[in-house]
Amino acid sequence: MVCIVLGMSIGHTLLGLLESGPRHGYDLKRAFDERFGHDRPLHYGQVYSTMSRLLKNGLVEVDGMEAGGGPERKRYAITEAGVSDVDQWLAQPEKPEPYLQSTLYTKVVLALLTDRSAADLLDTQRAEHLRLMRILTDRKRRGDLADQLICDHALFHLEADLRWLELTAARLTQLSTEVRA
Amino acid sequence: MTPAGSLLTAQDLHKTYGPTPALDGAFFSIHPGEIVAVMGPSGSGKSTLLHCLAGIVRPDSGTITYDGRELSSMPDAERSSLRRSDFGFVFQFGQLVPELTCVENVALPLRLNGVKRKEAERRAAEWMERLEVDDLGSKRPGEVSGGQGQRVAVARSLVTSPRVLFADEPTGALDSLNGERVMELFTQAARSANAAIVLVTHEARVAAYSDREIVVRDGKSRDLEFTV
Repeated sequence: MVCIVLGMSIGHTLLGLLESGPRHGYDLKRAFDERFGHDRPLHYGQVYSTMSRLLKNGLVEVDGMEAGGGPERKRYAITEAGVSDVDQWLAQPEKPEPYLQSTLYTKVVLALLTDRSAADLLDTQRAEHLRLMRILTDRKRRGDLADQLICDHALFHLEADLRWLELTAARLTQLSTEVRA
Repeated sequence: MTPAGSLLTAQDLHKTYGPTPALDGAFFSIHPGEIVAVMGPSGSGKSTLLHCLAGIVRPDSGTITYDGRELSSMPDAERSSLRRSDFGFVFQFGQLVPELTCVENVALPLRLNGVKRKEAERRAAEWMERLEVDDLGSKRPGEVSGGQGQRVAVARSLVTSPRVLFADEPTGALDSLNGERVMELFTQAARSANAAIVLVTHEARVAAYSDREIVVRDGKSRDLEFTV
């Protein structure tokens, strides 16, 4: 399984993983990495800070403790409040966030303002987008249905970015006039 | 200057239709078995570049070299013969002969090259199987879906074992799922036959099946292989 999920809520994901039964922090990390973290495995620190926050908010409870103490010895179980939190998260649509455009727009405008080639910048970005799209297309070809669906989601988003890059490239002259006005 | 080991190259092509320059300094190269996407907005000169590369249209200036031979100065008859023996074509629309069955359509390029009917249809059936349309042999193009028809057209483009395939928006008339299946089978079949593909498309998802891309803008294209 590949991880293309950007900006994913780690807390909700760990809670969701706990629904199948109590686990130690280490087990949670391993389950997360196996399913979602192929490209970006979690740090232990992230797991323990997330779990202590969930504990504080009453979404998990400590189900048992191995001898020796320390955070890695705690076994966590999801609470009823935790389950309804996961319900809510799954039912809520994600905000369609134009996260990349804002960065690229800033770069294009800065390039125009500083007499650098915005067209080259856009070409470089297009090549980079296509490079990733090739990797995803190849993964999709070799993967199972789950890989195909995850890769497709990323591919459609990258394609949307590319269309924005094309449109911006076609409007550079106009944009240049406006930002320099 | 020509990229080492390339099969087909174009250098500084210019082509004008009336007052409109369609190509205004286009560079291109492709290696044996390579898949190169030609991208760019509508009207940028992508299709004109493909037509020049395939020897269908003669450029006003510039050179096109195929396998060490100068294509742009070749006599018409020789270019036609080269197109039949070494090149294959896939277009967006209307490429199958409606009066012929699908297997006869696929066998057609072989028949035109003088291959006997039985042998031509046997080889056609093999390619249809690879493109997963072997059950459509006796149907006419009007009786099959768009995606199936396009796969029949892909089988036909490969039946003569060409060294270069020219595909102009091959999935342009298909929905995402069918377009994807066509690209999957097309590139897989071409790679197994070591055929190169010049793939004209404005869709990034289609271009993602290529090995690299060349962007045409206002009739100009750069090919980084030329500067290496």
